[in-house]
Amino acid sequence: MMDFNSAIDLGPHATFIIISYLGVALVSFGLILGTILNSKHQKKRLADLEAKGIRRKSDK
Amino acid sequence: MSFRAFTAIIKRDVKMAMRSFGDGLTLVLFFIMIGVIIPFAVGPNKVLLATIAPGVVWMAAFLSSLLAIDRFFRADFEDGSLLAMRHASISLSTIAFAKLIALWLTTILPLIFATPMLAMMLNMDYELFFRTILSLLVGTPALIAFGGIGAAITVSLKRGGLIAPVLILPLSIPILIFGISAIKTNAGVGVENTAVLFLLGISMLAMVFAPFAIALALKLDQE
Amino acid sequence: MKKYSPPKNINKSQTVKEMNWFDKLAHPGQFLKWSKYLILPLSLITIALFGIGLWFAFFNSPEDYQMGDTVRIMYIHVPNAWLSQFVYMAMAVSAIGTLVWRHPMADVSMKVAAPLGAAFTALALFTGSLWGRPTWGTYWEWDGRMTATLILLFMYLGLVALWRSFDDQLRAAKLIAVLTLVGAINIPIIKFSVDWWNTLHQPSIISAEGLSMPASIYTPLLVMMLAFTFLFVTLHLVGMRTEILKRKADALIRKSVSQTGNKGVGK
Repeated sequence: MMDFNSAIDLGPHATFIIISYLGVALVSFGLILGTILNSKHQKKRLADLEAKGIRRKSDK
Repeated sequence: MSFRAFTAIIKRDVKMAMRSFGDGLTLVLFFIMIGVIIPFAVGPNKVLLATIAPGVVWMAAFLSSLLAIDRFFRADFEDGSLLAMRHASISLSTIAFAKLIALWLTTILPLIFATPMLAMMLNMDYELFFRTILSLLVGTPALIAFGGIGAAITVSLKRGGLIAPVLILPLSIPILIFGISAIKTNAGVGVENTAVLFLLGISMLAMVFAPFAIALALKLDQE
Repeated sequence: MKKYSPPKNINKSQTVKEMNWFDKLAHPGQFLKWSKYLILPLSLITIALFGIGLWFAFFNSPEDYQMGDTVRIMYIHVPNAWLSQFVYMAMAVSAIGTLVWRHPMADVSMKVAAPLGAAFTALALFTGSLWGRPTWGTYWEWDGRMTATLILLFMYLGLVALWRSFDDQLRAAKLIAVLTLVGAINIPIIKFSVDWWNTLHQPSIISAEGLSMPASIYTPLLVMMLAFTFLFVTLHLVGMRTEILKRKADALIRKSVSQTGNKGVGK
């Protein structure tokens, strides 16, 4: 087992490491969130159209 | 027969450019004005100006050609000539090649003729001046070829003039790098000549392949 | 009025059973059906890989004797730099699919990949400059790799902008495919010219290339590269599904508008 305290000590450049990880996490979660929200939005659009009775012939 | 059709297209485009002489003059003015603005930006220090002169001339040529991009195929697209050209006796890529040559003659050649003025204002010596002319002659065909691709892709967009430069600018960076290095480097003897050869290679490749890309884009656009 | 007849391989009268396996997999409707079952496994694999990779990166890898603790930035920098190239490769392959086989799924794949590629490339630059500051003493160094990556970012952003400037997405796909391939041919030339230019002006640049890497650094690096690649694959898949749904909805709206319009004129 590694010593937790020594592993978490990031040396003199800790700020750079933490900022880079935070930035990457932020953008990655942004991409994930954007993908999910966009997917939800398009599904809702299709459901709304369906509710109005607009659908493809093959789906009937 | 097909060669006559080829030269006919060049003649037609040059003639049309002569008719709208104002556009060509605007481009030359723009080219010179960039050279005039730079001393205001960095100060009239003659040594400094001579140092940055190669970069300034290439940037001016680069920006002027970006300015000209929108005119590449727009008129032919709007009046339907482009559609007619698809049924010509020669292939669309040959036509694209002819149009690229005409473009070079009407937009870049006037700039090269205007270069002496820039050379004077930027305190170039004779050697620098001749190398600049050589570099522009060898490198600008590639600039026009890339511009043609950008123009062909955005020809059906109403605001194509805005987006085409953004698309082809990153692709043109090698031309700028070798173009400026071909004029002057402080890196050692022979580097300039290597750069000229690279520039020649890019220009030739671009002039050979760009007509096909342009023809493909124009065809796909009209499907 | 001329009736629209779809191309043969997506003809609805042709039942799914008659298609060969590839058409079946690549038919948008079929794609929506089978890809549904991939989302959860892919997401779980991605999460697991990130868990393992981050644990390695922070708790189970030594500091590098040359780079010190900043080597931990490499664990997220290298995967993003790899993705910046990989995504463009994926787009170029899709572009060939668009131009040669005229496949609608290739269009969708290209469109969804562009913003993802831009984001990963931006992250590669961001982490690269944060690594460069403690190592090289500057946030931005005009070295060959960083400069070429910056140019790549501009190419991605140009493609994203171009997708947004077209109304007709079918026409956009074909033209953007041409530009994507022109870009793909240019990438090696850009890389070469930038490297050449760099050695011309800064002959004594410190580069990360010469650094030797022990296995203790390789393991977290490889796991993190896999993790980010799976993240891209998952996002790309879900994004493609969403784009298909969007096109479906757009088509339905157009159809309903033109139908009600026709009724008003005809009867």
